[in-house]
Amino acid sequence: MNITLRAWRQEGPSDEGRFETYQVSDVSADMSFLEMLDVLNERLTLEGLEPIAFDSDCREGICGTCGVMINGRAHGPQAATATCQLHMRSFRDGDTITVEPWRAAAFEVIRDLVVDRSAFDRIIEAGGFITVATGSAPEANLTPVPKEIAETAFDAAACIGCGACVAACPNSAAQLFTASKVSHLNLLPQGSSERYIRTERMVDTMEQFFGSCTNHGECEAACPKQISIDFIAMMNRDYVKAKLNNRGRA
Amino acid sequence: MKKRLRLTVSEAFTIFGQSMPTSPATPAPVSVSRRRPWPVEFYRSAVGKKWVMGITGIALLGFVLAHMIGNLKVYLGDGQLDSYAHFLRELLYPLLPKTVTLWLMRTGLVIAFLLHIHAAASLTLLNRRANTAYRGPRDLAVASYASRTMRWSGVIVAVFLLWHLADLTWGVTPMAAEGWTPGAVEANLVASLSRGGVAVLYVVANLLLGIHIYHGAWSLFQSLGFAHPSYKRWRRWFAQAFSAAIVIGNVSIPIAVWTGMVG
Repeated sequence: MNITLRAWRQEGPSDEGRFETYQVSDVSADMSFLEMLDVLNERLTLEGLEPIAFDSDCREGICGTCGVMINGRAHGPQAATATCQLHMRSFRDGDTITVEPWRAAAFEVIRDLVVDRSAFDRIIEAGGFITVATGSAPEANLTPVPKEIAETAFDAAACIGCGACVAACPNSAAQLFTASKVSHLNLLPQGSSERYIRTERMVDTMEQFFGSCTNHGECEAACPKQISIDFIAMMNRDYVKAKLNNRGRA
Repeated sequence: MKKRLRLTVSEAFTIFGQSMPTSPATPAPVSVSRRRPWPVEFYRSAVGKKWVMGITGIALLGFVLAHMIGNLKVYLGDGQLDSYAHFLRELLYPLLPKTVTLWLMRTGLVIAFLLHIHAAASLTLLNRRANTAYRGPRDLAVASYASRTMRWSGVIVAVFLLWHLADLTWGVTPMAAEGWTPGAVEANLVASLSRGGVAVLYVVANLLLGIHIYHGAWSLFQSLGFAHPSYKRWRRWFAQAFSAAIVIGNVSIPIAVWTGMVG
């Protein structure tokens, strides 16, 4: 396959940035999207040019490190797929592919396709601790959790924090990320003690950085883990209760 | 005096002539809030504003439905629409003086409208600040036409609403038709909609209203936190049926006037 790649190049946060076009030839359909970038970067390095900076780590869709906008879709055209799991067979010979970093005011471009997602860390930090006994591992079935609840909590816990929800959202809202993180703890007995304080703090922190949900549903469509926007409804409901429960609290 | 042996991590770094490594700074928050009484605090949050939009949305949907059903009285002829209008002015009379109930409902509606518009405007501003545009093409996967155009359909419907009030409630020219008389609801309606351009305006405005409430009637469940699997699939159905009923009911009237079925 021969591919024309329009890639976003940006020296650093203060640089304007621009698209640059590269011809990538002899691309195997079995290559992953990131491997295609690796091949191009190897060539650029040999030619004495600066390789395209992008984030990646596990390359099996479980770490959430990779993630770019491919032809206007977060993680590319295939559903339930992180960028590293996307293969070149999803494209056709002669295609022009536009690749751009996640865009949001809170996601500053560090270089080329790499953005700073530390606003997510601020939301996680705001969540604080959960009250569990430390020490040796507890007896497995000491805390009963109904199967449906465990399954739902696990669906939320599948979030890998890649940021595709923010990237796909026309409002740059981080509702799906925050809802996943809030819900997977709020649903379980281990996380229920701090349910309302966690919900309030995480949502308030989220709103310092990100936009507001208008229920387009783009985040759900872009999520490589197919996390449902039902969790956003769940978080919204918990937030109302939290504001009532936590009133007057410093 | 006992000498302090322990060092903090940053002190230890200083001794070795280094500054403590710090993680790269997160971009500055878009907004920071302080603690206030809880309803204020709640409304200051974006989730709170969406909740208020959902609640006021329900009130406005209720009004739109009642208004549409009331309008259908025009098909009964025989002055039924006029007597319905008269009945509204005397609602709960003699428990309350005449028009008091009507004014209470109007006050509630005005408050609902203002809150709905204020929340929408300030959330739009928040979203503008939070958003950075893509430089390449953007391919939306699922966002509907209705959801993408909410602010435009909302603004146009609000402007139309003022026009509609001037036309049929206040009788202000040039919006109202010639010969507008207070209380002669059916005659005013027929006179107004007999003007071709006005009839088209009413049809277009009601189609936009339908688009707006189609997304709103679904979206409010999300904003208020109702997504239980037992009724989840009915939310979309409800929004479709509700908006279709409003559009069909309202649009039928200009068509009926135009075809001579009414008036």
